[in-house]
Amino acid sequence: MELEVDRERCIGAGMCALTAPEVFDQDLDDGRVMLLDSSPPPGHQAKARRALDVCPSGAITLVSRAGSPADPS
Amino acid sequence: MTEPPYTVTALPTMRPPGCPFDPPEELAQLREQHPLSRMVFPDGHVGWLVTSHALARAVVADPRFSSRHELMHSPFPGAISAERPPPAAPGMFIGVDPPEHTRYRKLLTGKFTVRRMRSLAARVEEITAEHLDAMERQGPPVDLVQAYAQPVPALMICELLGVPYADREFFQRHALALNNFDAVPEEQYAAYVALQEYLHALVLAKRATPTDDLLGDLAREELTDEELTNIGVLLLGAGLDTTANMLALGTFALLSHPGQLAALRADPGLADQAVEELLRYLSITHTGIRAALEDVELNGHVIKAGESVALSAQAANRDPERFADPDTLDLHRQATGHLSFGHGVHQCLGQQLARVEMRVALPALVTRFPTLRLAISSAEVPLRTNSDIYGVHRLPVAWDKE
Ligand code: HEM
Ligand code: SF4
Repeated sequence: MELEVDRERCIGAGMCALTAPEVFDQDLDDGRVMLLDSSPPPGHQAKARRALDVCPSGAITLVSRAGSPADPS
Repeated sequence: MTEPPYTVTALPTMRPPGCPFDPPEELAQLREQHPLSRMVFPDGHVGWLVTSHALARAVVADPRFSSRHELMHSPFPGAISAERPPPAAPGMFIGVDPPEHTRYRKLLTGKFTVRRMRSLAARVEEITAEHLDAMERQGPPVDLVQAYAQPVPALMICELLGVPYADREFFQRHALALNNFDAVPEEQYAAYVALQEYLHALVLAKRATPTDDLLGDLAREELTDEELTNIGVLLLGAGLDTTANMLALGTFALLSHPGQLAALRADPGLADQAVEELLRYLSITHTGIRAALEDVELNGHVIKAGESVALSAQAANRDPERFADPDTLDLHRQATGHLSFGHGVHQCLGQQLARVEMRVALPALVTRFPTLRLAISSAEVPLRTNSDIYGVHRLPVAWDKE
């Protein structure tokens, strides 16, 4: 699993940091998302996926690996 | 464009008798059969009503649907005036779209992070303890709304904005009058004006001597006095009545589900999930609104530019496609993904503060009073049936004195 965040889209709602604190944090100054771990270990992937699902602004995306469509792992 | 859309003649608002926590039954039928239906608004406008979780989420995440106040028709009963609301005043960013919205939101998000709000937990604990002490001194019965549910969020907004201690009594008195069921509209309006004037004066004071709080920080940004004052008014308007109703209605719901209440008492670690589930189950911000900026095809229909769309968060939050056994209050469930704080770029700015308040205040109340109960029958609890924020007007509670 490979994650990407778009800080320009992010509205700083904090759902990601709340849902998967091991993977996401918020910048102390502007409140926008900070990706702590772009390829989280299996133990954190379910939470990361949930964060991606609840993010209100669509700022978190799964990166597809070269050649393959979005990584299904 | 397979078949003509189904039309409802008004927003369903009648909750099933004896079930104060359940949405109007008609919404469930609509969600199942016509999750996007046409709806006649009280002013005669023919717009739309969305009742499924997937569609409600899709609409609020779509920039072709606007939050501009002046484009909206209100779906709420009583909104019969054909006159459209004026555009949002400068600083009232809940009623504008990006990029204007983005400018304000960016100035504020850093002040509302999960981390910052958690650092306020200690203050919430002090404030809740003080109010629980006062309730104990006063003795039962007590109206929980006045004694606890309203003052806790009101004081937290004072903390956040940086209202000096000397002014808090004034601030609280007017803030409570703003949402007082017994007050006549003139009194409520007078309270609103008093608070607005107060916040304006506070803004000027912060400009002169910046302090380490939200308004003090914002006073250094490029914002006019009017914008800054309105941001304060928006935070007060959006953060007080909502949280207060979650605390009071949440307590009512827990008292009506003794098994769930016992689970929360037994395991304070359940508080986070309990709060999320109460938000979902109670859906106090039950209906949102957007207006189409252009023709949008959705679920086989075309929503025309200019048409208003009512989004039933309470129907979406009970959508079985998203939440298993949705009509059951289950504090152990995974309730994230509910739409009670909205979704999309306007998703609640204050949600992490609201979470901290609820997560501290609800367990503190039920552990302080192990015998807490309603002081009237549940059928007598006055419900806010006509408000865009659902809840209770009063919640008389009692407990056994030691
Ligand atoms: C349980 C309590 C709360 C609930 C249920 C709630 C609900 C909501 C909802 C549904 C929205 C989205 C409105 C829309 O999409 O048009 C919203 C926006 C907002 N809320 Fe809350 N809220 C709560 C507490 C708070 C608190 C404590 C604050 C601040 C101190 C706050 C400040 C705001 C602001 C400023 C917005 C506008 C955000 C924007 O337009 O970007 N809310 N809230
Ligand atoms: S959930 Fe989305 S919008 Fe909110 S802080 Fe995280 S990335 Fe930003």
